[in-house]
Amino acid sequence: MGRYAYFEHDADIGIEGSGKTLEEAFESAAMALFSIQSDLSEIKPERKLRFEFSEEDIEYALVIWLNRLIYEAKHLRLALCRFGLKRRDGFWQGEAQGEPWNDAMTRGVEVKGATLTCLSVKKTDEIWEARCIVDV
Amino acid sequence: MDIKKLRAITPYSWQAEGALLYGSHELISEMDEKVLEQIRNVASLPGLVGYAMTMPDAHWGYGFPIGGVAAFDADAGGIISAGGVGFDISCGIRCLRSNLSIEDIGPVMKPLADSLYRNIPAGVGEEGRIRLSVSELDQVMHQGAQWAVEKGYGDIHDLEYVEERGHIGGAVPESVSVHAKNRQLGEMGTLGSGNHYLEIQVVDEIYDMEAARAYGLEKGRILVSIHCGSRGLGHQIGTDYLILLAKAANRLGLTLPDRELACAPIHSAEGRQYIGAMNAAINIALANRQILAHLARETFERIFPGSRLDTLFDVSHNTCKVEKHLFEGRERTLHIHRKGATRAFPPHHPDIPERYRPVGQPVIIGGSMGTGSYILAGNSGNPAFASASHGAGRAMSRKQALKRWNGRQLIDELAEKGILIRTRSMRGAAEEAPGAYKDVDRVSIDTECANLARRVAHLSPRICVKG
Repeated sequence: MGRYAYFEHDADIGIEGSGKTLEEAFESAAMALFSIQSDLSEIKPERKLRFEFSEEDIEYALVIWLNRLIYEAKHLRLALCRFGLKRRDGFWQGEAQGEPWNDAMTRGVEVKGATLTCLSVKKTDEIWEARCIVDV
Repeated sequence: MDIKKLRAITPYSWQAEGALLYGSHELISEMDEKVLEQIRNVASLPGLVGYAMTMPDAHWGYGFPIGGVAAFDADAGGIISAGGVGFDISCGIRCLRSNLSIEDIGPVMKPLADSLYRNIPAGVGEEGRIRLSVSELDQVMHQGAQWAVEKGYGDIHDLEYVEERGHIGGAVPESVSVHAKNRQLGEMGTLGSGNHYLEIQVVDEIYDMEAARAYGLEKGRILVSIHCGSRGLGHQIGTDYLILLAKAANRLGLTLPDRELACAPIHSAEGRQYIGAMNAAINIALANRQILAHLARETFERIFPGSRLDTLFDVSHNTCKVEKHLFEGRERTLHIHRKGATRAFPPHHPDIPERYRPVGQPVIIGGSMGTGSYILAGNSGNPAFASASHGAGRAMSRKQALKRWNGRQLIDELAEKGILIRTRSMRGAAEEAPGAYKDVDRVSIDTECANLARRVAHLSPRICVKG
């Protein structure tokens, strides 16, 4: 099970996901991002969405993964709570679960996009860490 | 920031290796070191004309600092940078001038706040009342606020007081991705979240009587300010082009000190493509604020039948625009990036409304929800390619603000001071605590002292609808 945390940035928010695998770190980063928008424990995983993308550079892949989730959530009008990612070389298969927004959900702040600022994906002592600034 | 790293040019301007920072010793000292690092990075980009500059409200951004201004000459290899415009393309402020006074709204503050909260779609997960088809969205991308007026959202007279008269040329919807279009279909007429707001304000101080008269301002007058941008479409364009331009820069041999400066020569296929998409987003933002102005009018009309909310001005602060400027005695056509900086045209400039020409363009510095905002006027001799501050500027990170303030408690404290906040997000309220921002009075004074713009009026918040 991965973990997530936040780091300082004057205007926006730094997110950091970690895990035993690269994919787990990316999933944790997604948890960090969507926890800014809502309380994930209140969201039911009723609907599932899937998508694929290609990217060789693992740092750009983090930004693409997060931004694709933001897009899919907006387009399908869903609050997301669970995230899954598989990788084969530069080919990525993502999925997420959630439900439509409702009035009972806690509202955080909207994330406009994941940026290239403070972008880093690295492995230290068997743990992968994936971090970047998200614009709110 | 270690001010010893800078050379004082005047008490309000500081130089460092191709960069010029505007502001007093006090504000510059309080800025994060990252501001200097980021603006120096901007100064290293090709085709820069003059200095890369920061305004007195500058703070650490991504790529460019927020409050960054940089001019590039296309014919000298100049670049266009997605990181120099930001995700929220054409974020800005529409300011409406009412015919009401503080005495008029005093007895109905709560119903007015509640009614605005119900009628203005705001916050994460909210959609607007309007749902567009893709072909309608293409029209908005070309026509901007003019589209909204033609659809009955507002008045033709509004357009006179909107930058570019409500729409900018050069929009290329074909350069906007399907994802960006999909994200916008339900987002017209929405406020968004974060630092966006709709605020009811009262004029409580006048500094420049002549300009105040031209702008129709007097003590006690109620104004409505709407702060938002191009919503999902602009955010997605920022997303799409950030990586596209970062890769293009690499391919074109541009060495970027920070990938977030993602850019391409203005005279390149990628550069032209981004400019076409950015202009489409500018028109979306202008239309969005036009619709929100209409929704505010509907609300006021129900509570104050016969009331007026005339557009005082609408100005964006996240853009890159092509402008003519006199530089070293020669007129140059330049691409002016303003990321968290407001255009501030001087008196007699042909691109400002005739009514304001004798005094200069209105410049709006939006403050925090507890302290106040300023209206200023563009000055002759502005040293920053006709640019000025855009807001109070954050002094504290959102993470720190969340630790320090509780949203509910903050809202209650502001209510005791006579400021009503309406929001669905307690987290958002805490992050936007007035104490998390710089002193807006200091920012405005420094803006005036640096000759970026001169203060005309101070506005105090009374009602704030936050996303």
